[in-house]
Amino acid sequence: MQRGVVITGIGLASSLGEGIETHAAALAGPIAPVVDAMSFAPYPVHPLKPLELDRQIPKKSDQRQMEPWQRLGVYAAGLALDGAGIKDDVETKSLLQVIVAAGGGERDHAVDGAILTGLRGANAPGAYLNEHLMGDLRPTLFLAQLSNLLAGNIGIVHGITGASRTFMGEEQAGVDAIRTAHARIATNQAEIMLVGGSYNAERRDMLLLLELGGYLRKGDFAPVFDREAAPGIITGSASAFLVLESAERAAARGATVHARLDRVVAARSKRTAGSVEQSLRTLIGGFGALSPDLVAISAATGAAGITAEEAAALASLPQARRIATGDLVGHAIEAAFPVSVALAATALSAGQAKEAVVTGAGHWRGEGAAHLVKA
Amino acid sequence: MSNTRQRSTPHRDARGRPIVAVTGLGIVTSLGQGKDANWEALTSGRSGIHAIGRFPTQGLRTTIGGTVDFLFDRPFAAPELSEKLAMLAAQEAVGQSGLGQPGDFPGELFMAVPPVEMEWPQKQDLAASIEGDVDYDGLLREAATLKHKAMHELFLFGAVADHVADAFGTKGSPISLSTACSSGATAIQMGVEAIRRGETPAALCIGTDGSIHAEALIRFSLLSALSTQNDPPEAAAKPFSKNRDGFVMGEGAGALVLEDYDHALARGATILGIVAGCGERGDGFHRTRSSPDGKPAILAMQDALADAGLTPDDVDYINAHGTSTPENDKMEAMSCAAVFGERMARLPMSSNKSMIGHTLTAAGAVEAVISFLTIAKGRIPPTINYTTPDPAIALDVVPNVAREARVRTVLSNSFGFGGQNTSLVLTAEPARS
Repeated sequence: MQRGVVITGIGLASSLGEGIETHAAALAGPIAPVVDAMSFAPYPVHPLKPLELDRQIPKKSDQRQMEPWQRLGVYAAGLALDGAGIKDDVETKSLLQVIVAAGGGERDHAVDGAILTGLRGANAPGAYLNEHLMGDLRPTLFLAQLSNLLAGNIGIVHGITGASRTFMGEEQAGVDAIRTAHARIATNQAEIMLVGGSYNAERRDMLLLLELGGYLRKGDFAPVFDREAAPGIITGSASAFLVLESAERAAARGATVHARLDRVVAARSKRTAGSVEQSLRTLIGGFGALSPDLVAISAATGAAGITAEEAAALASLPQARRIATGDLVGHAIEAAFPVSVALAATALSAGQAKEAVVTGAGHWRGEGAAHLVKA
Repeated sequence: MSNTRQRSTPHRDARGRPIVAVTGLGIVTSLGQGKDANWEALTSGRSGIHAIGRFPTQGLRTTIGGTVDFLFDRPFAAPELSEKLAMLAAQEAVGQSGLGQPGDFPGELFMAVPPVEMEWPQKQDLAASIEGDVDYDGLLREAATLKHKAMHELFLFGAVADHVADAFGTKGSPISLSTACSSGATAIQMGVEAIRRGETPAALCIGTDGSIHAEALIRFSLLSALSTQNDPPEAAAKPFSKNRDGFVMGEGAGALVLEDYDHALARGATILGIVAGCGERGDGFHRTRSSPDGKPAILAMQDALADAGLTPDDVDYINAHGTSTPENDKMEAMSCAAVFGERMARLPMSSNKSMIGHTLTAAGAVEAVISFLTIAKGRIPPTINYTTPDPAIALDVVPNVAREARVRTVLSNSFGFGGQNTSLVLTAEPARS
């Protein structure tokens, strides 16, 4: 009963640059990742290679009303729409359903710091907080902070009038976004979907949230599966959007198909030692026999314990060339799995393998996997 | 009233899909906990809006809200209240459904949760041990001591749904979603879609929002979205009135157990209604404003009716989005007129928000629960504070007093920032042969 789902648009932007060719070259490797170990020391990040925003977000007024994570996502979504050849297709854009995996917006760090400093000596802290929030918060900042406003901005900038949904929940939001988009097309609930995520790593408020739990790597870059001495996440600014389409629709309009998205699965293990390995082994095992010409793209975080467990699960695919997304572009939280699926589709599109498996385990919760086949 | 059909000929809707039944409902709002308390208050025309006591309101233009103040006797963060509200609503809904076993719900979880971020009290905790001026590098150094580890999980976006999934033993990967003020309706729509796909026999769909704190209120206030008519608080939310001046923030949760109709019949469950159709449209017009022509809202309503295999004439009552902002109510009235034509003058349309405020992320789910109660009880909760009708939008808003009515089909609207428009068609249980 299920019908085929194919990838006809790939939008990718990261510390390496933008586009399919740039990332295909990185996948062919070896490359030196772009790492900034100074700006947020002791926390290294993979900074975004600056974008020529005008190319995808022509109006300056639109650019101004967005924060970096939104501009990055809107830009990558535009690349995907361009690649799929539907950027100017008003009818398709009225059908296009959007799912975005998103976190929240960036704090005004200077305002927060000043208010926190002032609050310590304030006689009436409540009144002080009210006065300064009323006076110092930019009114439009809220709109740049709302999670669903990345989807909203994609709609406004690219003229998409189909409906959008925003999934939250860190890494697993990215897994579930792609899983849901795939399921809706496979079961005739949608014909064509735009799905992806965006993450700006160059912000201390998100580093703070992750470091509260002790999840960040300090010091220098080290490969994701080689961080045992000092485990932790190195975040990276990155965004990926995919145009997913029913195979019939893509064929009927003569679209270029990068890869077939065969299956996307998710689980939520109760985290105990070995549970992530077991969960991922079960998910991968469900894909059945896989080609000897296989690439495995891992969205592993680098976090202690679970990263080694993911490596152990991937050992069940001994024939696969294993690539850690984090070694190329860093870890992009909500966007990590979409970026990894986009990289897998890029590898297949570039003829680097016949099949791809994508895995990921959220730093705190959730596991996911996808299986892609060369078109 | 027994099911006389064979199991081998399952019930299907007009499009050949599984029918999605509702077998459990739960609700918490500022009016109280549970369906009985809320229904009694809603049909008495009582408001849950009051002066905010949770935090100091000196210097604020808006000092009122529909806060839920009866669940904690200690300070709490928004995710804690949102989780508590969700748990209570879900307990009521799952309990009513009789589905599964405690801690073993045989279906997936779809949750509308408010966007989360670290709040001021927690940041102040971190700042307390910093010497000199506070900046984020200082906060990061304090975080790195790992003395505040609990804050990480507290402020993760996925944690509330994860805890609910643990408590109820839902299956699969729980979804935390946002479509702004239509989030609760989207959670229901996602449950409907999963059941129609045959992916799950049941879904627990929840919208929850317990996020009235100073900064949240100030953010809406800076956008001039809130009513500033603080005195008396219960008169501030006045949807469709000429003197409406903004919405009032509210808190609450709504939970629905959705179930494949045949699955529910087979276990002899009481069927409370059907989610017959869903429609959603994006609006690429503006970040906070709706298209002046109302087109996305019109299309969302029409899509929902088409999805249900019904026509505008089948609708007995509209549960309005009805926020009490000048723009929403005008746009909604105009859009309804476009869908329902002349019938709109006598088609009842009321706004629950006149009494509970705008429960934001939760609203679509809260109002769907109230809509099913409206169907079950044959009584329409009023739009209160309707003393100055807006002549530009002539509507039957069920003014001020609840009304007896036979209601079999409800259209429930939810519209949100970012161009989110979602409509649900909710019906009584189909007559069984």
